[in-house]
Amino acid sequence: MAQILSPLPGTFYRSASPDQPPYKADGDAVSAGDVIGLIEVMKSFHEVRAETAGTNIRFLADNEDPIMAGAPIADLD
Amino acid sequence: MLKKLLVANRGEIAVRIIRAAQDLGIATVAVYSAADAESLHVQLADEAVNIGPPAAKKSYLNVEAILKAARDTGCDSVHPGYGFLAENAAFSDAVTGAGLVFVGPSGDAIRMMGDKVSARSAAAAAGVPVVPGSAGRVEGLKAGHEVLTATGFPVMIKAAAGGGGRGIRIANSLAEFEQAFPQAEAEALAAFGDGGLYMEKVIGKARHIEVQVLADGSDAIHCYERECSLQRRRQKVWEEAPSRALSDRLREELCASAVALAKAVKYSGAGTVEYLYDDEADRFYFIEMNTRIQVEHPVTEAITGIDLVAEMLRIAGGEKLRIRQGDVSVKGHAIEVRLNAEDPAKEFAPFPGQVAELRIPGGPGVRFDSMLYQGYQVPPFYDSLLAKLIVHAETREAAIVRLIRALNELKIGGLKTTKPLFLALAADPAVRAGDVHTRWLEGWLIENAAALAG
Repeated sequence: MAQILSPLPGTFYRSASPDQPPYKADGDAVSAGDVIGLIEVMKSFHEVRAETAGTNIRFLADNEDPIMAGAPIADLD
Repeated sequence: MLKKLLVANRGEIAVRIIRAAQDLGIATVAVYSAADAESLHVQLADEAVNIGPPAAKKSYLNVEAILKAARDTGCDSVHPGYGFLAENAAFSDAVTGAGLVFVGPSGDAIRMMGDKVSARSAAAAAGVPVVPGSAGRVEGLKAGHEVLTATGFPVMIKAAAGGGGRGIRIANSLAEFEQAFPQAEAEALAAFGDGGLYMEKVIGKARHIEVQVLADGSDAIHCYERECSLQRRRQKVWEEAPSRALSDRLREELCASAVALAKAVKYSGAGTVEYLYDDEADRFYFIEMNTRIQVEHPVTEAITGIDLVAEMLRIAGGEKLRIRQGDVSVKGHAIEVRLNAEDPAKEFAPFPGQVAELRIPGGPGVRFDSMLYQGYQVPPFYDSLLAKLIVHAETREAAIVRLIRALNELKIGGLKTTKPLFLALAADPAVRAGDVHTRWLEGWLIENAAALAG
């Protein structure tokens, strides 16, 4: 099992904008480099990418959650 | 006079408003998100109310929570500051509807000026020169083609509901225009819920010059102009007053046009009329009116001696304008720089964190408006403005020397800030000569990237 950690402190978003579907749904497979969410830091947006491939992604952070740098965003098998 | 004021904002502007209110003997209530419990505005206000979680949408933009806090604490008034709900007409209406005084203009005035098309029409009707472009909204690509005869290329396609530099596209040719127009329409609809567009000629090299106005609903005065030509991504970084680009004759004309607009729309409170100034043609054009106190208001306070936030509070409390136009005069020159929690060496990446050390500059002609204190944890959830350093001196040259002196005194440990940018700009010959325009800084940043990284 691997974890995806937040690279930055800020607000976590699961999709590119409120009217778009989430980048990944719980249970999806993930390739290395896939965007799995956004972190908003001081009004600028940064993509969060998976560093390694995996299956069955399970999000630990909800959409719009405040998040600290280094905090887990999701588990991967 | 107002008795108890709720400050619906955070950061340095909340601190600024609390200070002005306390100077006038008005009790203050701060509101804060869970991320701001330790912040300076909470410490300085007489009372403070937690209005929700860190996300601005759930706290500082939460109209219901703010109105409830005002009711629960017995406030008679609400000051919106800038950003957040400051130019939200529905908020102004909601505050008034709740039987409270909104420290700012009516919802109708905000609506008129917030819609760029109706603002442009109002300006033209008041005799204020506007940039050549569409008379109103441009309904479809075919109508857009007709406007091109007035504007030529390059042309700006702007969202009617946009502002603050958002929702703007530039087309350099007919082919680009035909591609950009439908994209701009779709973008505006997605971003603002309103696909309305208007078009304006691009003024090649222009300065951003804006006029501060104060009005009480019937009478209006100006407090002269500010020049804010140094911008990065359409965000101002360095502002000064007065503008040295204007002749005295044109300055009077410019300021009179801002007063005419404020009177025409029966404006109330503090507002700013923004213009582009074309050096070569020696002409100015209306861009928009901001219906709030602005970040850069202290440079005007420095050169005129007027406390703009206090005047806003007096007007909101029902007083008529106390200051006559003939009493407003300019003394010296003032410069403000915005110290942001951003790393200029890394393309201005945001840099939240803890203030490990703080040394605040002082002495003659130096003002430091900030919410910082030693140990303060800068949260990542809001904009990056940490502090505004304002210097005032007899001349522009002396103000720049004083700016360098004050920047060298300033120490914000533990964070990356934009201080190195301002030290470099203050030493630049073009800045010293005042030979800049609104797109000058973007080019300078590319040329000087290496110096900023070092």
